[in-house]
Amino acid sequence: MGTLEAKELTFSYEDTPILDNLSVTVPEGKITVFIGGNGCGKSTLLRSMARILRPQQGTVLLDGAGISQLKTKEVAKKMSILPQGPSAPEGLTVEQLVRQGRYPHQGWLKQWSPQDEEMVQEALTATSMQDLGGQPVDALSGGQRQRAWIAMTLAQGSDTLLLDEPTTYLDMAHQVDVLDLLFELNETEGRTIVMVLHDMNMACRYAHHLVAMQDRDVYAEGRPEDIMTESLVQHVFQMNCHVAADPLFGTPMVIPHGKGRNANGTVSAVRAE
Amino acid sequence: MKRLGNAPLGTFSLKTRTNRVLLLLFLAAVAACMLGPSLGNTMLSPLEVIRAMAGDGEGANEFIVMNSRMPRTLVSILVGAALGVSGALLQGVVRNPLAAPDIIGVTGGASVAAVAFLTYTSGSVSIGWLPGAAVTGALVVASLTYSLAWKKGVTPIRLVLIGIGIAAVMSALTTFMIVVSSKVTASSAYLWLTGSIYGASWEDIFAMLPVVLVLTPAALLLAGSLNAQQFGDDTASGLGVRIQVHRFILLFISVVLAGTAVAAAGAIGFVGLIAPHIARTLIGRTFGPVIAASAFVGGLLLFGADLAARTIFYPVDVPAGVFTAAVGAPFFLFLLYRNRNHF
Repeated sequence: MGTLEAKELTFSYEDTPILDNLSVTVPEGKITVFIGGNGCGKSTLLRSMARILRPQQGTVLLDGAGISQLKTKEVAKKMSILPQGPSAPEGLTVEQLVRQGRYPHQGWLKQWSPQDEEMVQEALTATSMQDLGGQPVDALSGGQRQRAWIAMTLAQGSDTLLLDEPTTYLDMAHQVDVLDLLFELNETEGRTIVMVLHDMNMACRYAHHLVAMQDRDVYAEGRPEDIMTESLVQHVFQMNCHVAADPLFGTPMVIPHGKGRNANGTVSAVRAE
Repeated sequence: MKRLGNAPLGTFSLKTRTNRVLLLLFLAAVAACMLGPSLGNTMLSPLEVIRAMAGDGEGANEFIVMNSRMPRTLVSILVGAALGVSGALLQGVVRNPLAAPDIIGVTGGASVAAVAFLTYTSGSVSIGWLPGAAVTGALVVASLTYSLAWKKGVTPIRLVLIGIGIAAVMSALTTFMIVVSSKVTASSAYLWLTGSIYGASWEDIFAMLPVVLVLTPAALLLAGSLNAQQFGDDTASGLGVRIQVHRFILLFISVVLAGTAVAAAGAIGFVGLIAPHIARTLIGRTFGPVIAASAFVGGLLLFGADLAARTIFYPVDVPAGVFTAAVGAPFFLFLLYRNRNHF
């Protein structure tokens, strides 16, 4: 359960093409990260897979069925989405927010059940938010707020979680905190996680599967160790860099060329040729 | 019915504050129904009211109760309830606490249709058709607003901006027709535009009752969707909300409620804006309870306004709309002031 696949997606805003006949398969039970330059369409791809946007052509298959044919609540039971910079009404508490995650399981005649309550409590515990349930969401720190939103998506009880830039606006400590949480959710519960990240080094550290986008299509995909090279960064970001192994994790680490101070005492660091 | 839209709060019991407040509001509305017919220039005891209703009272009392006070009381409560629910739904759909049924052209459309009716058919067509004309106007103009705001779906901000434009056009049309019409027509048009429950009849009650009793529970069924919509379209659709379908149904309910209210009582202002605010203050932000409470609060507000209108300046019967505006306009300014950091 939890396979997600985009087939020959084409999407344009007005006359601007964003995705051109793009296909990608998300490996089940792994963390997949979309990277690419600004405006390369990575968010559009994620939003199309989340059926927030409707592509002009192509289909997104969830467990083998086209999501545009499925009932929207059925999709929501299998796949949760956390959009970029989500906003909650003023004064809403964490627990009230997380309860909203049960929306797809509610019906006109279906009452709030003990199982709903259990899922909410589990989601709060999994995100270490159990002591903050009564706090208003807008009073939390950026990292806690993101945890609260992730808790809401967990309460949906889906196997697949899509996140659009979940670490934007967070300081580095909170970024690591949020990504660690997602990593744990993948490790312990085998959830499929798909996200857009800006930070290539974080992407390489947490992703099992990296999808680099360029020119409205997938430029390369695979394990970060296999695909993250200087030439990829040059093609995808038009930036010269040096790729080294992360001294702590051994995953690829991108060090951009360019100007800057040089603590080694030489005149300047390696410049772009 | 209430708890359907309010599933997370569980079954109806008096343990929760929400349910206690709802019960109190309900009792207040019942009390208003009993008090309304006894208060006035001639004070009647509840017993006399009951005897009059049973057809067993003095002739004069029976006439006052059955032909004037009772219909006025019930119409003011029903119209206020309809406006309150309509406002609560609209504020939820456009996610803006300053929204009111006026902004999607309901009041503007009804006003143009009503004034056109008074101006161009004066005398030739029975006045009984006026409410029908007003409802039609409300529906036509609200549909116009909705279709102009449509672009692969309707977003709250486009709806509000188009609504403001349409409202301006409608207000210009109304003024134009009043200016070119005769004095007599102009004054009855003005009375209608201010909103009055003066001529309330049992027909108005029979027209309002089914609309309120059917559409309010219908709106409660979509309360959960409204709660989710407050997070914005992306999050809501991620949660499985059929945004465009639900938005259309909710707007439709809101327009029909406000349209029938306006048809029965004229362009009564501010109840649709204020009632949901008072409801939220009393009961929090969860939409199920807010919708139910807005109905009661709206009904009580207009009941109070009409009671003041017919008693304070007796024997002059001031239009109730004057009182709702007198309370509502300063309240609106207060809201703008309090929300000043958000604009």
